[in-house]
Amino acid sequence: MNDAQTAGDAAPLELRIDAKTFLSADGTPVEVVRNLKLRLEAGSFGALIGPSGCGKTTILRIAAGLDRDFVGELHTPGSGRLGMVFQEPRLLPWRTVEQNIRLALPAGEAAVDLTEMVAILGLGDHLARYPGELSLGLARRAAIARAFAARPDFLLLDEPFVSLDEATAARLRSELVALTTRTKVTTLLVTHDLAEAIQLADRLFFLSDRPTRVIAEKALPPPRGTRSPEVIAAIGEELRAVLAQATTETGGG
Amino acid sequence: MPRFYSLAALIAIWAVAAALVQSRLLPGPLMVGAVTLADLRSGELPYQMGCTLARVAGSFAIAMILGVIAGYTMGRSKAIDRYADPWLIVLINMPALVTIIFAYIWLGLNETAAVLAVAINKLPNVTVVMREGTRALDPELDEMASAFQFTGLSRIRNVVIPQLAPYLAASSRSGLSIVWKIVLVVELIGRPNGVGFVLGSAFSLFDMARILSYAISFVMVMLLIESLLVQPLERRANRWRRRPA
Repeated sequence: MNDAQTAGDAAPLELRIDAKTFLSADGTPVEVVRNLKLRLEAGSFGALIGPSGCGKTTILRIAAGLDRDFVGELHTPGSGRLGMVFQEPRLLPWRTVEQNIRLALPAGEAAVDLTEMVAILGLGDHLARYPGELSLGLARRAAIARAFAARPDFLLLDEPFVSLDEATAARLRSELVALTTRTKVTTLLVTHDLAEAIQLADRLFFLSDRPTRVIAEKALPPPRGTRSPEVIAAIGEELRAVLAQATTETGGG
Repeated sequence: MPRFYSLAALIAIWAVAAALVQSRLLPGPLMVGAVTLADLRSGELPYQMGCTLARVAGSFAIAMILGVIAGYTMGRSKAIDRYADPWLIVLINMPALVTIIFAYIWLGLNETAAVLAVAINKLPNVTVVMREGTRALDPELDEMASAFQFTGLSRIRNVVIPQLAPYLAASSRSGLSIVWKIVLVVELIGRPNGVGFVLGSAFSLFDMARILSYAISFVMVMLLIESLLVQPLERRANRWRRRPA
């Protein structure tokens, strides 16, 4: 489906953030990220897992190139076409669902056929509606459709399934697996849900509290997406043990 | 319907008052109607109205274009805003009459001076409203547009203008009413034609029927513009909003 990503996109995602600080409201600098290193092979799916408020969204914005105000280095995979699913759907309320999706298409592909993707995401009946008329679940799907419509070499997802009921979230997760597998896009997902990360990802990065860095990294055996609940639970147990150890080590040091 | 009754009541009160007073200083609706009809037939009313409308259109367009650009720039850049804000305060507090006199003295009693004087009177209001609108732009949608690499044009068309639409509508509505009022003053002071000029000469002759006739005709034209042009445009810009249940 996506022949744009053949030759030049064997490059991995490499992100190094030596330091990232914000100025708080009263003018004092707050260090959010320190000495964080990420490397993700082309075509694989990475997940960032950490406590809420640990700066996951900040890291994602830096990876997306939306925030260049940091000390470090960023190499994105492929030709730099980016697909992003924000925490809130961030659709344009004055454009229909279809217009919202088409606006993200690369220049010159405005007329491309969306039927297949729209069918996978179950958006067929809603293309002509405005985002204000959609439920949160449908709006999230539209946002995912938009991210894939952009034909990205690099896909970023910021907690795309929070505050959805479990049934809808599960369906959307399997749809996401189908789409990422087919397009072989390099994907980085931010989540606080360990089970979700284990189900979807090839590689997990566990983040510490502020200032954030990677405290543990774990590659999962393929294939992703088809792990059963028992396998997920087992891996989860194992990881919690590793994690507890990593946390006490940092606490001691 | 209530609007119709309310207007009919206004005309009725006027007719009764005129009948009671019986003075040429308060002509009744019938007499004003007769004058209007006569001037319509002779072509005098359409001609004068046309002169005024052309000036309204010209100054309105200049004020809106410059005001939107200035307001957007000031809303986007704090530094520019800091430097330009004092000028804006000077302009906004300048009495309309002063601007008009300056324009006529510096540029001469001509069309350019007239149109510019009106535009400058309107400009600061547009700028202030558009600056507010620009400050209220959603940074999250900006970020979305950057992430998906929207072109500059697409960003303006699909992200910025829809957000500014209510502010554009507000400033063009208030703008239209301010502009036509000031155009009449400009014409009264220094133009040989237009509704303002006619009102001025009618005033010196105490010709109340003509004054009322032109004033009412002009208000009606502006009402038509409002309901046939401004309101449909506004509805079109707002069609995505969910109808209140």
